Amino acid sequence: MTATVRPIRRPIRAAKPLKEAKKDRSMALQKAMISGNYERLANAAAENSKVAYTFVPGNINELLMCFDLVVNYPEINAIQNGMRKRSGRYIMEAEKAGHSEDVCTYVKADIGMMLKGNMGPNDKPLPNPDVLMLSYTGCFTFMKWFELLRHQYKCETVMLHVPYEGRGGVTSNARDYVVKQLREKVIPTLEKVSGVKFDIDRLRQYLKESQKAEENWVKVLQSARHRPSPIDSYFGAIYYIGPIFTAFRGTPEASDYYRQLLAEVEARIAAGQGPITPEGEMKKERYRLVVEGPPNYTSFRDFWKMFYDEGAVVVASSYAKVGGTYDFGYRHDPDHPLESIADYCLNCYTNHTVPERVKMLESYVNDYQADGLLINSIKSCNSFAAGQLMMMNEVQKRTGKPAAFIESDLVDPRYFSPANIKNRLESYFQMIEQKRSAA
Amino acid sequence: MATVSEIIGQCQALYDDLDFGAAKAWKEAEAGRKVIGYMPIYVPREIIHAAGMLPLGILGGGDQLEVIHGDAFYQSYICRIPRSTVELAISGRLDFVDGMLFPSICDVIRNLSGMWDLMMPGKYVRYFDLPQNYDDDIGGDYYRHELAELRQGLEELGGRPITDDALRASIGLYNRNRDLLRQLYEKRSNAPWQVPTTEVYLLLRAGMVLPIEDHNRMLEDYLAAVGDEDRPMRDNCRVVMQGLFCEQPPLNLIKSIELAGCYVVDDDFMMVTRWLTGDVPTDGDPWANLASAFLHHSVEISARYVENESDKGQFLVDRVRKTGGEGVIFASPSFCDPALLDRPMAQDALKEANIPYIAFKYAENSGQMQPIREQAGTISDSIKLWSAA
Repeated sequence: MTATVRPIRRPIRAAKPLKEAKKDRSMALQKAMISGNYERLANAAAENSKVAYTFVPGNINELLMCFDLVVNYPEINAIQNGMRKRSGRYIMEAEKAGHSEDVCTYVKADIGMMLKGNMGPNDKPLPNPDVLMLSYTGCFTFMKWFELLRHQYKCETVMLHVPYEGRGGVTSNARDYVVKQLREKVIPTLEKVSGVKFDIDRLRQYLKESQKAEENWVKVLQSARHRPSPIDSYFGAIYYIGPIFTAFRGTPEASDYYRQLLAEVEARIAAGQGPITPEGEMKKERYRLVVEGPPNYTSFRDFWKMFYDEGAVVVASSYAKVGGTYDFGYRHDPDHPLESIADYCLNCYTNHTVPERVKMLESYVNDYQADGLLINSIKSCNSFAAGQLMMMNEVQKRTGKPAAFIESDLVDPRYFSPANIKNRLESYFQMIEQKRSAA
Repeated sequence: MATVSEIIGQCQALYDDLDFGAAKAWKEAEAGRKVIGYMPIYVPREIIHAAGMLPLGILGGGDQLEVIHGDAFYQSYICRIPRSTVELAISGRLDFVDGMLFPSICDVIRNLSGMWDLMMPGKYVRYFDLPQNYDDDIGGDYYRHELAELRQGLEELGGRPITDDALRASIGLYNRNRDLLRQLYEKRSNAPWQVPTTEVYLLLRAGMVLPIEDHNRMLEDYLAAVGDEDRPMRDNCRVVMQGLFCEQPPLNLIKSIELAGCYVVDDDFMMVTRWLTGDVPTDGDPWANLASAFLHHSVEISARYVENESDKGQFLVDRVRKTGGEGVIFASPSFCDPALLDRPMAQDALKEANIPYIAFKYAENSGQMQPIREQAGTISDSIKLWSAA
């Protein structure tokens, strides 16, 4: 006898529509700026502009602007694709083409996007690069990433090797090495590609603008020392770092942006307000955290909501320093243009040693009166992830504050497990409560 | 004269010894001796030797070390060599090591240098950076400074200067080592049935723990003895192995490849021994000579930047051609950024040159060899079929 299997009928529920994400003014403004850069990229051919691709950490944006290059940041494309839920299929596309499941998902999202027609987030095709500016800073993968892109585009590629700060600071040897590469390799290549002669006074002007933006950006970061913190230095900072980490550092537009952002933050401090999150303003600040590691982008809003629901605010994060550790005093310097660019590259967060990173996180926990350290370890990012368990234990030991560890990925949706992460966060917040009640 | 079996027996004993007995014995033989550990991929061992110290290759714990503490330092998605290396340290096996060098190969080993600083306060620890720019006045200047800093650190640790004459003498010994290894590799590629890769591998491993003088003698003895061995030639295909330059394959993996019908005619095992492709001059300024050899006479490997796209992968293609290889086996450690990110480009170069390949991953403690044997057997069979066609 053949049994008839009857389908179980379940009531079909419409997915609950997400509330429109709340954004503060500066979040909306940075979105418009980043979109503007994508438009410039889309129009590059029509406007006869040359295009450079480069990376966020150790980027030499001011120098690239000296050659009128329109700049594309593949990491930003990967992030945009992660947030728009496109990265998953791009990654699988790259894996189908032979890229290992073990390697950086930014790379695979980028290559997958290229294989599928290289459409930007504005659904307009991204132009091919005229030059790949390989700023090899703080991440081994960068070197291979641009070798892979060069393999596809067969275009001019120039490497800027930024040595690791293995001795815990900038050495004159490392600085000289970077400056020499800028002088003898990078600038001549960019002149050749762009047809524009290098003008050091133009560079000095851009660096002056960078300084202005950097001063205000540091004030914004340090505003999180207030209680309640007016900003979220992890999730919120993702928006705020956009202009200064990418194609806008060195422009008057970026200087204006950080002036406005600071004014907005100061107004929130005066009003005793917390950060704006996509769910609305953070009402009660229950936990102040320091976070190490990049966020997950494929479920960015859900991830942030887990913190919002618990009243957890991130008061300092290492991720907001991948494009520059300005809060430890570094500034671009128009009086020493190439040397200060070298120092900038050398000082990016992931170019620091594990002991230096521990010191930095320890100082954040203390200076920002945090309840503890949370590490979001990224499956496909060895530069950040290798050593994080030891860093967690060290910071915990040195500060006496509890630490916790969660795991996800940058832009691979297969590695974001909301239930596990939520569970761990809840346990962590309980741990903080216990610590408080024992004190 | 020692027989092949005696020499390989000695290598096997050194390989199995997770307590580094030979290096310890060397250190204890004379008061004040120092041992400097180094990790893959390249350090100028000549300088350590010229300082009167023993360079000791630290290549993880292999498949015989039970990793208990090391796993607490690393997430599951990080390769295995750092965790077993941490295990070696925490279990006290490296207490006799006076300093450690971590060359620039990838972010995991890079970060391990800082972890070592935290784990071993007071010990000499150095991240040894290698330039990715190969111009004499750019990367060369940087590298010469790095060498000078290494010299200074070792002089302070050893309490004595490293003289130019001592360095020239050390370069001479390492030149001899490179020459012997060239002979070994050539012999194997000419008659791989006579020089099995398991033996080549064990000989190389012995060179990681023995003083260079002893290793040179061992290689001389082996090269003299191996010709007398009566070993049958099999109907195997000839393959080049690629991707094994850092985390070590289990010995069984190499045996399995050979048993599956593959003669390995070239590989990238322990590249520190063959990084420099020619002799380093022993006259003139030895520091400048070492730097120049690094800049202009070193191998292409996936931890390096290749400046011209047209050269990418050609080094591998040339090795295959030169050694009469019929195919390539990409064996990469899981989560190994250099090997895995580079692989698609190397594979494209092979495709263009019409050279077949297969790829799989391993860990230093991989136990299950059946799938690897099957894959190696498949490429062996298909090469034979194509050759017949």
